Amino acid sequence: MPGFDFSNYNRNAALHARGVPLPKATSTGTTIVGCIYDGGVVIAADTRATSGPIVADKNCEKLHYIAPNIWCAGAGTAADTEFTTALISSQLELHSLSTGRKPRVVTCMTMLKQHLFRYQGYIGAYLVVAGVDPTGTHLFTVHAHGSTDKLPYVTMGSGSLAAMSVFETQWKPSLTRDEAVKLCADAIEAGIWNDLGSGSNVDVAVITPDKTTLMRNYIRPNERTQKLGSYKFDKGTTAVLNEKIILKGDLGKFVDVQVLAEESGDKMEVDT
Amino acid sequence: MDFGNSGKLREDGIHLDMDRLKKGEVNMAVTFKDGVILGADSRTTTGAYIANRVTDKLTQVHDTIWCCRSGSAADTQAVADIVKYQLELYAMVNGKPPTTQTAAAIFQEICYANKDRLTAGLIIAGWDERHGGQVYSIPLGGSLHKQPYAIGGSGSTYIYGFCDAHWREGMDEADAVNFVKDALKEAIKWDGSSGGVIRMVVLTAKGADRHLYLPDTDYKVRHL
Repeated sequence: MPGFDFSNYNRNAALHARGVPLPKATSTGTTIVGCIYDGGVVIAADTRATSGPIVADKNCEKLHYIAPNIWCAGAGTAADTEFTTALISSQLELHSLSTGRKPRVVTCMTMLKQHLFRYQGYIGAYLVVAGVDPTGTHLFTVHAHGSTDKLPYVTMGSGSLAAMSVFETQWKPSLTRDEAVKLCADAIEAGIWNDLGSGSNVDVAVITPDKTTLMRNYIRPNERTQKLGSYKFDKGTTAVLNEKIILKGDLGKFVDVQVLAEESGDKMEVDT
Repeated sequence: MDFGNSGKLREDGIHLDMDRLKKGEVNMAVTFKDGVILGADSRTTTGAYIANRVTDKLTQVHDTIWCCRSGSAADTQAVADIVKYQLELYAMVNGKPPTTQTAAAIFQEICYANKDRLTAGLIIAGWDERHGGQVYSIPLGGSLHKQPYAIGGSGSTYIYGFCDAHWREGMDEADAVNFVKDALKEAIKWDGSSGGVIRMVVLTAKGADRHLYLPDTDYKVRHL
């Protein structure tokens, strides 16, 4: 039979109607942010990955490499953000090699949005794209359905509301590098503390015309420390109710004992 | 077929996705004596969250042909990008800029052919040497209407009466700007999913001129 087969769709719809839940993907219930400053752009992310209510990874990387001068923060389905950024990174490098020019942020953003639009939101990648190219400093958000926004400061993911409240109260035009890094880190921390889907550490990347600095675990506010007390039970905590001693020779009374023959055949040689 | 992890699969198999960015909004285009004016609010929403409060919904597709986008942000951006490319190619092949009508026809082609898959309400406004300022409207089904002025988006329902009462044939630029601004102010006031700043583009023989009005000054002062 030619054409598409939608029987799985009908099966899934029927299963769902009977109460079978949808399959769960590892999602980066996330806080990611970006902010332009005088002389470059900063992006930052938390490092928690979740699968439903379970913390799947306490220190994952959500800042993805696209080109030396273009980096991307990803929220949504972890696998989708990983693979779409890798795919576009590859295509962009080939494009840059064939044109003999440095890759541009708008090119990257356009490739991402066209790829995501084609998949009508089924690729669950929510991205913050940032970079510096010969045309200037750029910062974009790209949503899974393929829409894009261009703003001086952006937030995405489940912690975006907490992070945006920091930007909306603290942001001012013309920031220095250090001010922008502090602002982004504070915004991520707001997500870490106030959003259940976000947590652990803060990763920051600073992109300038001449270099990119990735600061992995820039802030680690959730370090595990030595336990304050010992939680071991003392010997004798549990009362002994009775005691019975069985000698080795009497073991045959309780179980069948079979003595194995000495090893037969050559022994395996081991290099010495 | 796989299910996205956002949204709910309803019993009837319809996939609801609140995460899809919508522009519940107002936008309008009005012809006047020397050309045409486009105006829009700046709110983009995801469910109850304002994803962008300073959105630019007035999109350039050629030198003096612009469009107002309403509906799904992803859909309207994709359509506008395609038309922008087509018009650039048209100008190179024919050695002259396209007319507003040509642009509107290309928009309609895409909107009608993909009517089942798109949520795009567009208003195309442009100025060309032959016809001066013109306004075309393409609502959801993909039909094309040439109008002296057009309004669209969720907020437009609140200003049908206002526009009908206040619009006049052949206004001068200042009057037309005030008409658009007052209409948008009214829509922003009454419609919850419209808001932010008012953006305008004035298209005349002199080219495109951008206006920006902030709520801080009660939309009185022009910036930019």
